[in-house]
Amino acid sequence: MRHVQNLSRRAFIVGSAAIAGGIAFGSYACAEHVDLTANGNPLAARLGPNSVSFNPWVEISPEKITLIAQHADIGQGVGSVQPIMIAEEMDLDPGQFEIRFAAPHPAYFNTGFADELAPFVAADQSAAAEEARAAMLEALRKSGLQMTGGSSTIPDSYEKLRVAGAVARETLKAAAAKRSGVAVADIRTQSGQAILPDGTKIPYVELAAEAATIPPVLDAKPRDPSKWRLLGKPMERLDIRPKAMGELKFGIDLKMEGMLFAAVKLNPNKGQPMKSYDASKAHSMPGVKNIVEIKNGVAVVATNSWYAMKAAEAIDCKWAPSTYPAEQADHWKILETSFKPKFLGKEWKKTGDIDAGLNGGTQIKAEYRAPYVAHQPLEPLNGIGIVSDAGMEIWVSHQSPQAVQSIAAAAIGLKPEQVTFHNQWAGGSFGHRLEFENVRVLAEIADQMRGTPIKLVFSREEDFVQDIPRQIALARYRGSVKKGKIVAADLQLASTAPFKGLLERMGAPTNDPDGQLAACLWNVCYDIPNFRATSYEAQGLSPCTTWRSVGASTAGFFTESFIDELIHAANLDPLKARIEMCAVPTYRKVLETVAEMSDWKGPLGKGKGRGVAFVESFGTPTAEVVEVTMTERGIRIDKVWVAVDVGKVVDPVNFQSQVQGGVIWGLGHAINCELTYAKGAVQQTNYNHHEAMRLYQCPEIEVRGLENDPKVRGVGEPPVPPAAPALANAIFAATGKRIREMPFNKFIDFV
Amino acid sequence: MIELTVNGIKRRVDVVPEMPLLWVLRDELGITSPKYGCGVAQCGACTVHVGGKAVRSCQSHIGEVAGKSVVTIEGLGNKDQHPVVQAWIEHQVPQCGYCQTGQIMQAISLLELIPKPTDEEINQVMSGNLCRCGTYPRIRAAIHAAATKMAGK
Repeated sequence: MRHVQNLSRRAFIVGSAAIAGGIAFGSYACAEHVDLTANGNPLAARLGPNSVSFNPWVEISPEKITLIAQHADIGQGVGSVQPIMIAEEMDLDPGQFEIRFAAPHPAYFNTGFADELAPFVAADQSAAAEEARAAMLEALRKSGLQMTGGSSTIPDSYEKLRVAGAVARETLKAAAAKRSGVAVADIRTQSGQAILPDGTKIPYVELAAEAATIPPVLDAKPRDPSKWRLLGKPMERLDIRPKAMGELKFGIDLKMEGMLFAAVKLNPNKGQPMKSYDASKAHSMPGVKNIVEIKNGVAVVATNSWYAMKAAEAIDCKWAPSTYPAEQADHWKILETSFKPKFLGKEWKKTGDIDAGLNGGTQIKAEYRAPYVAHQPLEPLNGIGIVSDAGMEIWVSHQSPQAVQSIAAAAIGLKPEQVTFHNQWAGGSFGHRLEFENVRVLAEIADQMRGTPIKLVFSREEDFVQDIPRQIALARYRGSVKKGKIVAADLQLASTAPFKGLLERMGAPTNDPDGQLAACLWNVCYDIPNFRATSYEAQGLSPCTTWRSVGASTAGFFTESFIDELIHAANLDPLKARIEMCAVPTYRKVLETVAEMSDWKGPLGKGKGRGVAFVESFGTPTAEVVEVTMTERGIRIDKVWVAVDVGKVVDPVNFQSQVQGGVIWGLGHAINCELTYAKGAVQQTNYNHHEAMRLYQCPEIEVRGLENDPKVRGVGEPPVPPAAPALANAIFAATGKRIREMPFNKFIDFV
Repeated sequence: MIELTVNGIKRRVDVVPEMPLLWVLRDELGITSPKYGCGVAQCGACTVHVGGKAVRSCQSHIGEVAGKSVVTIEGLGNKDQHPVVQAWIEHQVPQCGYCQTGQIMQAISLLELIPKPTDEEINQVMSGNLCRCGTYPRIRAAIHAAATKMAGK
C-alpha cells in the first residue's frame, strides 16, 4: 500500500474549550496561531521539484496548476465555485487548472462559523457584536476546525480565496519581473500567463521554479467585483459536464487493485452493541470471503457488493436494547414533560413584560410538532479503506476531515495522524456526512482484513436504520393581540439538541446550551413589545444531528406559522403585517421584494390560497410565498416565489439551483416525511416510506437574489426553513385548516 | 458464465443468475454511471436501457438479461453531442449529480416514446426518478429543450 503520510503532525486534543457564545468544540490543532505563510501551508511540505505554493490553496508545478477546494463538495458546488474564486484573481480560465480537495489541516479552519457561533443575532451589526465575532474567529483559528456546514462555503472563502489568488498573481508577476527586468507595474496577466509590455507571454507553470525563490507578495488585494470576469456572472459550473456525461467518479465509484466489498448489519438500536450472531447460512452464500464481527454488528466481505448485502441480510443477530424509548409514543411523552427548569437550555431573549403582555390582549395558544426525519442523500454511506501496520488510508466523502482521522484512529487503536484521508465527491449529504457510522465501521472491517482494500457500501435499508436523524421538537407558544397589533409572544420549545450531539460524537462534548435551538426563536425580526424565547433540551431520546438548516428547519415552521396565527387573529394581512412589523430595514426589503414578485394582493378565493413566511437562518434573510389550490384530489402547490438577500451573489446559476433545491427539500419533507421508532429501530427503511418531493409535486419556483446585506452570506440552507410554514399558511388561507404538525399529509391530502 | 452485450461489446460474467444487472455493471464490469440508490426501484438512479427500453437495473436479474443488449450512458457514443446530454449541460441540471445519469437515460426513453411531451407527460414518466437535491425545475426545462433540439434535426 501507499506510504501513510504524516499529514497533520499535530495533536488532536480531545476535550472542550469553552469560548464566547456558549459553543465549545475540541481542538484539532495545537493552540498556537495558525500561520498561513510557509510554515502553516500544508502544500509546502509535499511540493515536487521546481514547484511553488504561495498559500494552502494554490500549487504550481512545471506541469500544471492545482487549486484546492477547501470544503467538501456535497452537491452544493464547492468543487467549482471555490477554485473559480481563486482563478478569478489569478486570471486563469476554466480548463487551465486541476482541482483537488483539501487534506486535513488546521490551515483550512472554517472562518465562516464565526458569525453563527457568536452570541448575537445576524442583524445586530453593533460594535459589541462585531467584537464577539472577531473573538470567535480567533477561537476558530486556534481550534483549526475544518468543517463544511452551516451554509459557510461562500462566507468562509469569499475573502480568503480571492486574496489567495491575488497573492499568487502578484508573486508570479514579481517572478516574471525578476526574470525579464521589466517593472512589475508593466506586467499584466491573462489566461494563465504573465504578459510583458513587448507581448512576450510567460506561462505560470514556467515561472514556478523562480516564484519559489522569492517571498510571496502577501499584501496583494483582490479586485473590485466590477472587474470580475467569471464571478457574479452566469457560468457553467465546472462539474456539470462530467456529471451530465456520467464520468464523474463519486466515492462509491472508486476501484482499487485487489479490492473486496463489504456490507454490514448493525444494531438498529443506535449506539448499542451486538450480543451474539449466527452467520452459518451466510458463510456458504455465493461470493462470501469473510464474516467479521464489529463493535455494533457484523460485516460480510465478498467479491461483489450485492453478494455482501445478501449475505449480511441472512445473518441472525441478537441486539442489545436501545437506551432511548423503544416506541415512538414515548418519545413524544418525553418531549411533553421537558418544559421544566431541569431541562432548560436557555432563555435566549426577553423583552418587555411577558405576563402583562399576554394578559393585556386576546390570548392565543398553540402547540406545534416536528418529527425525526432522515437525511438520505442518494449516494448511500460508503468508503474505501486499507489498513497496514503503518496506519490507515481512507477514501470517503466527509464534511469533517480531521474528525474522520480521529474517529477511524480511535476505532482501531491508531493515532489520528496515522490516518490518511482523501475526500471524495459526494452524492449529496444534507448533514449525513457529518456523522461517522461508515467511517468507524470501515476502520474496524479493514483492520480485520489488513492489506486488502475494502469498499464498504451501506444498503439503503441499513443507511436509513443507522441515519442519525434531524431533531424532534415540540413547541408551546402563547401570544396575544390587541387593537390590530401583536403585543406579546412567548415562544418555548423542547427539542433534542442536534449540534451538541454532533460535537459529542466528534469527541468534544459540551454542557453549553445548543445554539441551534435558538434559531428562529430569538432572531425573530418583528417588533413585538413583550417577547420571550426559551429552549428546553429533552434528555434520553434518539441521538440527533444537523439536517439541512438544522434548528431552523423545525423552529422556522413553528414560529412563522404561529406568527401567522397571531396576524390572522389581529385581522391583518399576513404579508403587509410582516412588512410593517419587520424591524430590520434590509429584511423588510426582502419581504417587500417577495410581495412585488408574487403581486400579493390578499385573499384569492375559489379554493386558492397564498401563504408567506420569513426566516433568517445562518445570517441569510429569506422570504417565500407559496400558492396552493384545493382540488378534488387534494392540495396542489402551484407556485413558489423566493427572495433571498446574500449580500453578494457570487455564482448566479448555482445560486438559483441552491434556492430551488432548498425550497423543494423543505416542502417535500414537510409534506410526507417522518421517522418513527418501534422496538428501538426506525420503521422507515427506504424511499417508499420517506419519499420527500418527486417531480409531479414540484411547483414552479421563481427566485430573486438581493445584495443589500452588509455581509456576504451563504444560501445552501436558508431557503429550507420558510418553505414549510409558507405552505402551511397557504393551506390555511385556502381551506381554513391550520396544520400544526409535520408531516402535513397526516392531516390533508396532496395531489 | 453469462453472456450479454454492453454498449455494443460482448461481455461474459461469472455470477449467479439472480444477481441484478446493476451490480454486474458496477462491480464486475467497472461501468459506474448506473448508480445504486435504493435497490428496490424507488429512485431510478440505476436506469439503463435493455433492448432499447429504460429499465431499473437493480430489478433486472442478469439471468434474464443474458443475450440482450444493454446500453448505459457510456454507450451513447459522442455523448456530449447527444441532444439530451447537451440540454442537461446547457440547463446546468446537476447539483450533486448522483441521480442524473439515471434521469438522462429515462429522459431519452421518454423522448423516444413521446417526442414532444407535455409537463403532465414528463411528470408521469419522470416521477420515478428521485432527486434529493431538487433539480426538478431544471430537469423539466432540459427535457423541453431536448425535445425542441431533436425535432429540429
